[in-house]
Amino acid sequence: MALSHLSSTRSNRLLRPLAAAASSLCRPISTSTEPLVIETSIPFTPHKCEPPSRSVETNPQELLTFFRDMATMRRMEIAADSLYKAKLIRGFCHLYDGQEAVCVGMEASINKKDCIITAYRDHCTFLGRGGTLLEIFSELMGRQGGCSKGKGGSMHFYKKESGFYGGHGIVGAQVPLGCGLAFAQKYNKDENVTFALYGDGAANQGQLFEALNISALWDLPIILVCENNHYGMGTAEWRAAKSPSYYKRGDYVPGLKVDGMDVLAVKQACKFAKEHVLKNGPIILEMDTYRYHGHSMSDPGSTYRTRDEISGVRQERDPIERVRKLVLGHDLATEKELKDIEKEIRKEVDEAIAKAKESPMPEPSELFTNVYVKGFGTESFGADRKELRATLP
Amino acid sequence: KKTSLVVVRSDGSLNLNTGSSAGARRLDQLVTNAVAVSASLLSTSSTSLAVLIHELLLYEALREGLEEEMDRDNRVCVMGEDVGHYGGSYKVTRGLADKFGDLRVLDTPIAENAFTGMGIGAAMTGLRPIVEGMNMGFLLLAFNQISNNCGMLHYTSGGQFTIPIVIRGPGGVGRQLGAEHSQRLESYFQSIPGIQMVACSTPYNAKGLMKAAIRSENPVILFEHVLLYNLKERIPDEEYICNLEEAEMVRPGEHITILTYSRMRYHVMQAAKTLVNKGYDPEVIDIRSLKPFDLHTIGNSVKKTHRVLIVEECMRTGGIGASLTAAINENFIDYLDAPIVCLSSQDVPTPYAGTLEEFTIVQPAQIVTAVEQLCQ
Repeated sequence: MALSHLSSTRSNRLLRPLAAAASSLCRPISTSTEPLVIETSIPFTPHKCEPPSRSVETNPQELLTFFRDMATMRRMEIAADSLYKAKLIRGFCHLYDGQEAVCVGMEASINKKDCIITAYRDHCTFLGRGGTLLEIFSELMGRQGGCSKGKGGSMHFYKKESGFYGGHGIVGAQVPLGCGLAFAQKYNKDENVTFALYGDGAANQGQLFEALNISALWDLPIILVCENNHYGMGTAEWRAAKSPSYYKRGDYVPGLKVDGMDVLAVKQACKFAKEHVLKNGPIILEMDTYRYHGHSMSDPGSTYRTRDEISGVRQERDPIERVRKLVLGHDLATEKELKDIEKEIRKEVDEAIAKAKESPMPEPSELFTNVYVKGFGTESFGADRKELRATLP
Repeated sequence: KKTSLVVVRSDGSLNLNTGSSAGARRLDQLVTNAVAVSASLLSTSSTSLAVLIHELLLYEALREGLEEEMDRDNRVCVMGEDVGHYGGSYKVTRGLADKFGDLRVLDTPIAENAFTGMGIGAAMTGLRPIVEGMNMGFLLLAFNQISNNCGMLHYTSGGQFTIPIVIRGPGGVGRQLGAEHSQRLESYFQSIPGIQMVACSTPYNAKGLMKAAIRSENPVILFEHVLLYNLKERIPDEEYICNLEEAEMVRPGEHITILTYSRMRYHVMQAAKTLVNKGYDPEVIDIRSLKPFDLHTIGNSVKKTHRVLIVEECMRTGGIGASLTAAINENFIDYLDAPIVCLSSQDVPTPYAGTLEEFTIVQPAQIVTAVEQLCQ
C-alpha cells in the first residue's frame, strides 16, 4: 500500500510537466522492446523453495500489451454484467474483473503448448488463450457462433488448439483433470507444463490433496495456482479454512505466495514455476487477488463484505491502474493515448456484442450432436440403433 | 503376425475389415458360449482350414485384449490400484508392468476421484487410459468425474474434446463379500449422457469388448463380474473385436425371449436346461450393451416370440431392467402378447449370510417359474 502511494506521487510529479508538453509534442506510443527492469510491489513469500527475485524484466511493448489486454478483459466483464441484467445472458455468470492480472501475467510467461485449466471464472482466461470477443459473447448468449456452439455456456469455454482445457462447473473437479493433462505431457515427454487454477474455496476439496499427492509422487509437471480472492462465494476465507496460507498447504510440495494484483509479479512467479516444475515436480502458487463483482451475477457481493473494502482495493491495488501508473511513470505513453486505447477497446467490445447478437440460436438438431463421437462402435444416439425418430419443433 | 482385423458378429458371421489376402481364408464357425465345446464343432469341414484356438480363463482373455491393444498403440496406458507391481487384484494386469514399464501401467494411491479425473484429463489430450476400479463400488467416489467430466465434456466443448477412456472393474454380487463390495453400478451410471456401457460375460466377449472399448473414441464403462473371472473357454488366435452395441444371441428359440447380461446369463442357461426338458423353447439373448440397448436384435426377437422376460442382477428400482422394460414397451408394444416380466435383485443391501445372499439375486428356479407363468 505504501509503495503504490509512493509511485502515484512520483508519477504525479512526472505527469505535470508532461501534461503541458504532451499537447504540443504528439509523440507516438512507445513500442520499443528495450528491457526495463521493474521491482514488484511486495516480495514473494516462499515455502520450501528459493523465491525468485523481485526485479522483473519487461519492456515497454509488453507493458502496453498488458494494459490493453487487461483493459479489454475489464471492459468485457462489465459488458457481460450489463448483458446479464438485460437477460441476454442467463444462468450463472461468474465475472473475473479485478483478477485480470493473474491470467495476463500467466500468459506472458508461457506458450500455447502449455496447458491451462481453470474453474468457472474462465471468460478472461479464455480470452488470454487466444479466444475472440465474438466467440465469448456468442457463447454467453447461447448462440451458434460460440466457442462451444452455444451448448456449454459461461462455465464451459474450451480451446483445444491453444491448450485451454476449460471451463468446469464443479468446484475442484478440474484439479485432477489438470493432473491428467500434466501426466499426458510427461508421458509424451513434452517439456511443457500445466497450470491448474482453483480458488480459495476449492482449496478445501479433498480431490485436490489426492491429486497433489499423485502429482508429487509421479513428478508431474503441474503448477497448482490458487487464485485467492478471499471469498468462497459468500464465505470469507477465515471462516472456511483453518489455515489460510494456501501456498503452504502442499506441505512437502513447495509453494510461493504472489501478489496477484501485480501483473509483473505474476509473470515472474509463473516463469519461475515453469522452470522449477520441469526439474523438481509440482509447485503451488497462491495469487493474492480480489474480485470486485460478487461470486456470480446473482450475488450482489456486498452482503458479506463492505463497499469500503471493495472500493479500497480498487483504489489501492487495481491491476490496470498499476500498469497505467507504470506506463505513465516511465513515459511510455500519455494519458490521452491510454484513454484512446480504452475507447478503442470499448468500441471493439460493443461491436463484438452487436455481431454476437446477430448470430443465430443453435439448430434443434444440435441437441443431439456431440453426445457421442461417431465412428468405431457407435452407430446411434438414441435407445434404438436407428436415428432418433422424434421430430423437433 | 497377421494384421487383418476381423469383426465377428454374434451369430458367427464375420466381416473382414481390411480387405487383405483376397478371399483365401475363411474361418470356421466360432464358439460363442462358455459351455464345453463338443468335438464335432472342432473337426475341420471339407472346405475350410482348421481354426486356430487356445483355451483360457476370462481374466486372461481380458489381459490378452489389453496387451494386444497396448502393443498396438502406445498411447494406451492403465491406471488403477495395485495394477502394476502387484499384478492386479484379479490378475487382469499381471505381467504388464514388467513388459510396459511404470509409466504405462501405473499404480495409483487410493484416490479414485483423483485418478479417474487424471485419466479423463489425460484422455482430453489424446492418451487412451484405462482406469481400473478395484471394485466397481469404489468408483462411486469418482462419480462426479465420470458423470460431469467424462460423459459431458464432448458435448459442452462443442465437440473439441473426445474422451477415449475405458473405465472397467468387477462389480456384482460375489460370494459373501458384504454390502459395500457387492454393488451393481450399471443402474447409477445408465443415465449419464455421453458414455457407453458394456458388460462382458464370457472370455470371448470379454476380450472382444475390451479391445473395442479401447479403440472407441467414446468413454466406455466395461462391467466385469467378480464371479466370472475364472470361466474357461476356447477363443480364436486371430485378432477379433466385438461390436460395442450389439447383443449376443446365446440360444435361439421360439417361445419366449429372455434378456440378460453378465452373470445372470449363466443362471438363465441353467434354467434353460430345465425349461427345455419341460418342453419350452426359450430364446436367450445376452444384451451385452447396457447403453445404448441393441433394440435391433431385441426387437427382432420380440417380433418372433411375443413374450419377454428380463433377468438381471441390478436392483429392481431404477435398474437396467427397468429401462429396458420401458424401451421395449415404447417400441414394440404391438408385438407383445403378455406384459414384460423383469426379474431383478431385491432392493436391499446385499447381506453377508450365504442363504440370504442367495435370496437377494435371481435364482434359476425363479426363472423357470416366471417362464412357465408367462407362457401360459
